[in-house]
Amino acid sequence: MQTKNFETVFIFTPVFKDSEVKEAIKAYVSFMKEQGAEILEEDLWGLKQLAYPIKKKTTGIYFVTEYRATGEVVDALELKCRRDTAVLRFLTVRLDKYAIKYNDDKRKGLAGRNRKKAAAPAESEENAESAEGAE
Amino acid sequence: MASKNDIKFLSSPKIGSERKKYCRFKKLGINYIDYKDEQFLTRFLNEQGKIFPRRLTGNSLKFQRRVAQAIKRARHIAILPYVTDLLK
Repeated sequence: MQTKNFETVFIFTPVFKDSEVKEAIKAYVSFMKEQGAEILEEDLWGLKQLAYPIKKKTTGIYFVTEYRATGEVVDALELKCRRDTAVLRFLTVRLDKYAIKYNDDKRKGLAGRNRKKAAAPAESEENAESAEGAE
Repeated sequence: MASKNDIKFLSSPKIGSERKKYCRFKKLGINYIDYKDEQFLTRFLNEQGKIFPRRLTGNSLKFQRRVAQAIKRARHIAILPYVTDLLK
């Protein structure tokens, strides 16, 4: 079966303590590894304000992970998420070649909000993005 | 008597002619629109959180689709609101 790059965003309940969050993330990551996924990126955003309330919660703990796996792993993962009441919301996206490149650059600090070059406001940022895309 | 050369610059020639719109993604070579980037996506939303049409943004069809897709994903993970007032 063909493997593809996926990216999943989890929103955990804000009731979680730091240690509980770490535990939950560990559980999900090890579950994915068990299923045969290759984890490329784990990014814990931490507590963040939600744009609208979900399950009467106004904040959530965001966790983003990028991995390479077969579609069956995604099915299993999503089933696990649906059964888990601590997960307010999740989103799995298949990454196309541009997204993979973007994420790669982001890890190296070449793309995205926190890129190494001067973190200047809107306009210059667009220009920087163009430079990176033109390669 | 005023010759043709004298009246040439009485009004700016640029007044009345619209600036040509262009697709910023094509021009800047951006291929991927990150649905997790809230600040970037809000440029394509009005105060109510509605997506601007192509006739205002000048996006090509291909990238307007991708912007719309990214915004919808951002809404799902509660980065952007579905309905709101005074977003900006």
